Amino acid sequence: MKHTLTPQRYLILLAVMLTASVGDTLLSRGMAQVGPVDFHHLDRLWHALFNPFVASGIILLIGFFASYMTALSWADLTFVMPATAFGYVVVALLSRFWLHEHLSIYRWTGIVLIVCAVGFVAGGPSRTEHPSRHPDLDLMDSGAGR
Amino acid sequence: MTATTPIIPASLFHAWSAILAVAALAIAGEVLIAGAMRRLGDLDLLRDRPGIRGYLGPTRAVLSSPLFLAGALCMALNFFAMLYTLSIVDLSLAAPATASLTFIGNAAAAKIFLRENVDRRRWLAALFVCLGVILLAH
Repeated sequence: MKHTLTPQRYLILLAVMLTASVGDTLLSRGMAQVGPVDFHHLDRLWHALFNPFVASGIILLIGFFASYMTALSWADLTFVMPATAFGYVVVALLSRFWLHEHLSIYRWTGIVLIVCAVGFVAGGPSRTEHPSRHPDLDLMDSGAGR
Repeated sequence: MTATTPIIPASLFHAWSAILAVAALAIAGEVLIAGAMRRLGDLDLLRDRPGIRGYLGPTRAVLSSPLFLAGALCMALNFFAMLYTLSIVDLSLAAPATASLTFIGNAAAAKIFLRENVDRRRWLAALFVCLGVILLAH
């Protein structure tokens, strides 16, 4: 069985990479506008849901969970894992180029390491195929035995 | 006192026990959910009709999987364990420590329980992600 990913599956992996990090960033921005929530002001959590940043963050995180589960249905956990880690790189790059924060040499090295990790895994197969318990039936299903 | 100073001072053993518990719950949750999705197979094949209503079939299949529910429970416990950990350990230690332990633990658990082919390339990727996360926390 070939393990080439279709363009649609690459899009799902891209969604895994982007939705979690951008969703977290939006939640953080929104909660900064809402202000601190404590036990005496729990009603602020309800109001937070109507903040546009918090609402968009929640929608993106639901999107992350859906795309993550979809990816796990056709790829190994150890294949999808570096894609989720790439979210850290997206947050670091957003903070550098959007929020104009300074990135230290440690952080740039961290970014390079995670990018390398994604490259290592992306070059290999996406799914481990276990040997079938009934190879004869598989042969008949494929039509090769006819 | 800074804003990131933990509320309760914790002993080293106490702090690392909490961090290990968070990582263990995350690993259990991820492996159970990955196991559930592997059993269900490609979710696109479970779509029984076109359009948005076609997603009802895959959603129902996922939500009725006992492995998925067990995984989701572990993830929920992981969330509360992380909240507790943040009350006794600085975020600058807790976040990279739990994330990197989870990445290495996931690779080992995927090899043992899901029988994934974790070759040298994937071990190296897990190690690089682990180091990368620690460096990004600096």
